[in-house]
Amino acid sequence: MSAARPTGRVGPLVASPVEAPDLDVEALLADPDTRIIVCCGSGGVGKTTTSAALALRVAERGRKVVVLTIDPARRLAQSMGIERLDNVPRPVPGLTGESGGTLDAMMLDMKRTFDDVVESQASPEKAAQILANPFYQAVSSSFAGTQEYMAMEKLGQLHADATATGRWDLIVVDTPPSRSALDFLDAPERLSGFLDGRLIRLLLAPARGPARLMTAGLSLITGALTKILGAQMLRDVQSFVAALDTLFGGFRQRAQKTYALLQADGTAFLVVAAPEPDALREAAYFVERLSEDQMPLAGLVVNRASRMPQGRMSAEQAAAAAERLEETEAESSSPHPLGTTGLTAGLLRLHADRIRIVARETRLRRRFSTAHPDVPTAVVPALSTDVHDLDGLRLVGDLLSRRP
Amino acid sequence: MPPTSTTRPDWEGVALHIVSGKGGTGKSTVSAALALALASRGKTVLLCEVEARQGIAQLFDVPPLPYEERRIVAGPEGGGDVYALAIDLESALMEYLAMYYRLGRAGRALRTFGVIDFATTIAPGVRDVLLTGKLYEAVHRNRRAKNARHYDAVVLDAPPTGRISQFLNVNSELAGLAKVGPIRNQADGVTSLLRSPRTAVHLVTVLEDMPVQETADAIDELRSLGLPVGGVVVNLARRAELDEQELDLALTGTLDSDSLKADLESVGVRTSRPLLEGLLDEAREHAERRELEDEQRQRIRALDVPTYELPQLPEGIDLGGLYELAAELRRQGMA
Repeated sequence: MSAARPTGRVGPLVASPVEAPDLDVEALLADPDTRIIVCCGSGGVGKTTTSAALALRVAERGRKVVVLTIDPARRLAQSMGIERLDNVPRPVPGLTGESGGTLDAMMLDMKRTFDDVVESQASPEKAAQILANPFYQAVSSSFAGTQEYMAMEKLGQLHADATATGRWDLIVVDTPPSRSALDFLDAPERLSGFLDGRLIRLLLAPARGPARLMTAGLSLITGALTKILGAQMLRDVQSFVAALDTLFGGFRQRAQKTYALLQADGTAFLVVAAPEPDALREAAYFVERLSEDQMPLAGLVVNRASRMPQGRMSAEQAAAAAERLEETEAESSSPHPLGTTGLTAGLLRLHADRIRIVARETRLRRRFSTAHPDVPTAVVPALSTDVHDLDGLRLVGDLLSRRP
Repeated sequence: MPPTSTTRPDWEGVALHIVSGKGGTGKSTVSAALALALASRGKTVLLCEVEARQGIAQLFDVPPLPYEERRIVAGPEGGGDVYALAIDLESALMEYLAMYYRLGRAGRALRTFGVIDFATTIAPGVRDVLLTGKLYEAVHRNRRAKNARHYDAVVLDAPPTGRISQFLNVNSELAGLAKVGPIRNQADGVTSLLRSPRTAVHLVTVLEDMPVQETADAIDELRSLGLPVGGVVVNLARRAELDEQELDLALTGTLDSDSLKADLESVGVRTSRPLLEGLLDEAREHAERRELEDEQRQRIRALDVPTYELPQLPEGIDLGGLYELAAELRRQGMA
C-alpha cells in the first residue's frame, strides 16, 4: 500500500533447484557478538516458541538473556514458570547448565510502554494532559498498528538498559504476527514524512497562530476535516497532536536509532515459517524485505516439518498394498484368522499419507530455496506433543541446533 | 451433484459471515470453502479479504484481484455465484469519503496534503473502521441502490483471533470519540449490524492446545462485547484410520508385528525389519496425536457452539480440494 514497499521479487534471475545451506543456530548463539535476535514470520508458525527456546538454550550456556514476546499463549508463559508476563522483565526460574547465565522474560504492554514514553518525555503537567486525552487513550490501547511502534520502542529501551547496566548481553525479540510486523522498518520514514508534512502544520495551526495566517488551501482542508470528523473530534485530534508535538521529535530520533541498531552487525534476523504455501510465501516476503533494507538476515527456520518414515516403501506401493489387502478380505469367504487386515491396511494408508505430506513439504521448501539460494535454513521436525515446560523448550532448542 | 440436505442450514438468516482463527489454522481456506458452500445453495456470495495478501486469488488460481467485485466462480445453471473483493485501504477511503461527504475538490486536496496517507498508514484504527464500513455497505447495499448487485451473503476472511475483538469493536471505540456527526452515525450503524443476529463470527481451529485455547478465549471476549458467536470449524483433522482398541495397542507398543508381516507378505510386499518397525512407529505417533486431538475435541465440545470438522488433505489445498471442503461444510449443515 505504501509507496515505500517493494512491489517486485528480489532474488536470482536464473537458478537450478538447490538445497538450502544449513543454518548453524549453535554458532549464531555461541557468537558473543550476537547481541539481538529478531524472530519474524506469519502467525501460527511457532515464532514465540522458537524465541523462547533460543533464549533458554543460550541462557543455559552462560549468557545473560532477555526475551521480549508480543503475545505469548498463557501456556508458554507458564512453561517458563511465570504465571503472567507483563511489561517488566522477570527472571525465569529453573535454569540449569553453565553458571552465570540468566533468562528474563517479558511481554509487551503497548499502552504501558506508550505511557512510559509520554511520562519520561513531557513535564508532569503536560503528561497528565496527554494521558487524559480521549484520542490518546484510544490510540495507545485499542487500535491496531501501535504495537509495531511500541515493540521497537521497547527494544530500544532494553538495548539502552543492557548497554548501560550490563544486565543483558543478548536480547531475543518476537514480533507481532502479521505482515505488518515489518512496519517498524518504515516507522522512522513515516514519522519523518508526517512531521515534515503539511498535515501536521495544519493540525497545529490553531494551537500555534491565529487563523488568519491560514492559506486558502489550508482552510479548504480544515473545512473538509471538520465536515468528516465533526468540530469536536477535530479539536480532540488537534489538542492530541499539539500535546504530542514535543514528543514526536524524540520518537523519530529513537526510531531512527533503533533502525540503525537493527542494521548493525550484532543483530540477526531469523525468519520463521511452517512448510505450508502461505507461511513460506510470507517468509519470502520477509526475506526480500529485509535484504532490501540491508538488515542482517541470519536464516530461515522451518518449524513443524513432518518426519520421513523409515522403511523403503513409496506412497503408491503402500496405497496399492492396502487396496489389495481389502480386496482379498472382501473376496475370501472366511475372514483372515487373525482379523488384522483392516489394521494393516490402515497402517499402510497412514504411511502413504505421511510420504505424500513429506514430499509436498520438501517440494515447497525446495521452491523457496531455489528462489532464495543464499538463505541458510534449519528444519525443525514437528513434535507429537505440546510444549508445557522448560524441558519442552529445551527439546525445541535441541532440534533447532541439531546439525542434519 | 452436490449432496442434498433436507434440513435447514444452521446459519440461514445470517448475511455476514466473519471467519477468524489463530494464524496458521487455515481461515482463508475455510472462508473460501464456506463461500462456495453458500453459493451451492443458489446464493450470490461476496468473499472479502482485508490483509492485502491476495490469498483468494491464490486459492482460486485466478489473477490478482483489483479493488473491484469480480465474479470468480459461477455455479451451474440456477446455481449461485461467488464474487471476490480484496479491499484496498486507500481506494476504500476515497470511496467512503465520496459516498458520504461529497467533498469534491477538497477530497483531492486531502490526498495532496497527506491526509489519506496518514489515515491509511499512520493513524491506527482507521483501517479497521474502513474495512468494517465496507462490509456494512456490501451487506446493506440492496436497500440503498436499485441497480447495484445484491448479495445474499458476505463472507469475510477476517483478521486472526488475537485481533478479532479489537477489529469488530472498533466502531464502538470510534463512537466514544465522535460524540455526534456523520462518523458517529456511520459507527452506530456498523455496530448495530455487527451485534445483530444477521452477523455470525465463526472461529477456525486445529486440534492443538494453543489454537483451541485461543478459540475459547475469543469466544469469551466476543460474548462479553455482545458480538454474535457463530460456529467452530475444526480444520486439518487427522484421518481416523485405527479404531479405539488398535489405538490402545499402538500406544503401548503391543501391536502384533508378526501378523503385520504376514498380512503384508500375503499381498506381495517384501518386508524388512526397518519397514515393520517404521510402520509400528508411525502407528504409535498417529495414536499419540489422535489421543491429543480427542482431548482437544472434548474441550471444543464444552464450548457449546455448533462445530464442523474438515479433514487434512495430504496433497494440500488446490481448487479440487477446496470444492471437497465446501461439500463437507454443506453436508454438515454449515451452509
